[in-house]
Amino acid sequence: MTILVVAEHDNASLKGATLNTVSAAAKLGGDVVILVAGSAAGAAAEAAARVAGVSKVLVADSAVFADQSAENLASQVVEVVKAAGGAISHVLAPATTFGKNVLPRVAAVLDVAQISEIVAVESADTFVRPIYAGNALATVKSADPVKVITVRTTAFEAAGEGGSASVEQIAAVADSGLSRLTGRELTKSARPELGAAKIIVSGGRGLGSSENYHKVLEPLADKLGAALGASRAAVDAGYVPNDYQVGQTGKIVAPQLYLAVGISGAIQHLAGMKDSKVIVAINKDPEAPIFQVADYGLVADLFEAVPQLTSAV
Amino acid sequence: MKILVPVKRVVDYNVKVRVKSDGTGVDIANVKMSMNPFDEIAVEEAVRLKEAGVATEVVAVSCGVGACQETLRTAMAIGADRGILVETDVELQPLAVAKLLKALCDKEQPQVVICGKQAIDDDANQTGQMLSALMGWPQATFASKVAVSAGKATVTREIDGGLETLEIALPAVVTTDLRLNEPRYATLPNIMKAKKKPLETVKPADLGVDVTPRLTTLKVVEPPKRSAGVMVADVAQLVEKLKNEAKVL
Ligand SMILES: Cc1cc2nc3c(=O)[nH]c(=O)nc-3n(C[C@H](O)[C@H](O)[C@H](O)COP(=O)(O)OP(=O)(O)OC[C@H]3O[C@@H](n4cnc5c(N)ncnc54)[C@H](O)[C@@H]3O)c2cc1C
Ligand SMILES: Cc1cc2nc3c(=O)[nH]c(=O)nc-3n(C[C@H](O)[C@H](O)[C@H](O)COP(=O)(O)OP(=O)(O)OC[C@H]3O[C@@H](n4cnc5c(N)ncnc54)[C@H](O)[C@@H]3O)c2cc1C
Repeated sequence: MTILVVAEHDNASLKGATLNTVSAAAKLGGDVVILVAGSAAGAAAEAAARVAGVSKVLVADSAVFADQSAENLASQVVEVVKAAGGAISHVLAPATTFGKNVLPRVAAVLDVAQISEIVAVESADTFVRPIYAGNALATVKSADPVKVITVRTTAFEAAGEGGSASVEQIAAVADSGLSRLTGRELTKSARPELGAAKIIVSGGRGLGSSENYHKVLEPLADKLGAALGASRAAVDAGYVPNDYQVGQTGKIVAPQLYLAVGISGAIQHLAGMKDSKVIVAINKDPEAPIFQVADYGLVADLFEAVPQLTSAV
Repeated sequence: MKILVPVKRVVDYNVKVRVKSDGTGVDIANVKMSMNPFDEIAVEEAVRLKEAGVATEVVAVSCGVGACQETLRTAMAIGADRGILVETDVELQPLAVAKLLKALCDKEQPQVVICGKQAIDDDANQTGQMLSALMGWPQATFASKVAVSAGKATVTREIDGGLETLEIALPAVVTTDLRLNEPRYATLPNIMKAKKKPLETVKPADLGVDVTPRLTTLKVVEPPKRSAGVMVADVAQLVEKLKNEAKVL
């Protein structure tokens, strides 16, 4: 049994989400092989070879992967599965926008179901996944010959270093010619990534404006070394870019400490943060639903409480 | 140019579902059902493309039980021209829906299919991508901006690190993210008009598609509840608790 993990990387290094996916793969019991499909991705391939528990790294290095388009990546994964002639039993990728974009194509071409965002492995064919914004956990069993799975990264530890896998170059697929990347605007930040942060300071509509969001929350985040997050309402209102959104339809996070400031606690928001170890809510409305999941609740005006907190920590 | 918009009937986003005590699923009897919010955004985008003179016809499709007709009527009240119901009582999984949609695409020959990025019940986030792969078409998922012209679409996508813009050849599949547009409210006259728009019903067998589920749900349980926390009196007490009790600072 071979488990293929599709690496999310930027050619120079592996994204942290890949390491969590390797841990989920290891729970299936079998050889874990990482596929690095990139363009001048030697460094990422070397990093993959050093991940503990990985037996082999396949590298498809070609300009066709420069854009990381779903079309070309999915074709490559399908080629690898077919070339293995039945040896590959599982294909895994992180349930990030990368994995969600690519893996359903793989499943469709292989004519198998995809199991989305698993949070636990019960056995090689049975998995647990949240449904209805995390209000229910379904245990599902797949009868397909190949299980195509995306992994909720917060549910699995990151695999460590110390591996020494062999690295094998493989032929890259041809370009689909159907899609071209014409622009990328990545949010630049010196702060930790939301998905990997130990502490997250998250702001909602209660902040009132983009200016307030930055003025009130940034000093606190700086002092705590925290990442910044937001509710959908704050993103929709333009306080912060889209990639700050935490929730059912944004990012799923599980930091050691999540500070929700001026966020009411809609189920869609809770779905993205309720697995945090400690939740603090600061809200002026004592009835706000966020207090039902908060370990520590403070009913206060955030414009007074947050600056006080910033000077106290 | 024709646009096909798949719309799914789901439990309304305001409803907090309850897991059935026998662990077989969630209780959706007598709860409010609505169109998946991402699909409302998809219908709105298609209708705007028609209003802008880019598209000529907007066809809404729903796969599922007979009551999905209501969802199709909602789509037609927003402005879709006609509806197709693929009627079945079988639990439909994304691969089956994608195959049904492929059969309809082969027949209807749309230039663009606009799906929601995910349905808020099963949260699978698969159908659009699967359809695109089955058709051999390009895809642009999680769209926050769509422009269509002369055989191609330029789509801005919301990705984990920010935004990216793709240029894709048509025909293609686009899936909607939250910030693509704000769907209009259907007006009463338009709701009335929608009742008279054509609605065709077909069965999966008519389309030659096997919709047998590939995944079996063994059980559905409630997630562990967070134990109730405490209210603190002021910032000083909060900091004290975070340092000494929770030990996270
Ligand atoms: C399909 C769909 C998907 C969605 N996905 C997501 C998602 O992924 N993530 C997400 O977050 N939401 C999502 N939502 C939106 C969600 O339903 C809520 O609308 C949203 O989370 C509300 O954001 P909020 O808490 O910032 O705003 P509000 O609900 O308006 O809450 C603002 C809070 O700030 C408090 N406040 C105001 N002023 C102060 C002050 N001076 N001091 C202290 N407190 C103050 C108020 O008491 C209030 O509780 C989704 C909705 C839909 C329909
Ligand atoms: C325990 C459990 C029991 C269930 N029981 C039933 C049941 O008895 N009957 C039943 O019908 N479903 C049932 N479902 C739901 C069914 O499994 C999901 O509809 C299916 O898995 C599709 O996932 P999704 O909608 O999240 O797909 P996604 O890939 O998230 O959907 C993305 C987009 O695809 C399009 N789309 C998806 N489905 C349809 C559709 N049906 N028609 C038109 N467009 C669509 C929409 O544009 C949507 O925005 C059940 C789910 C669970 C977890």
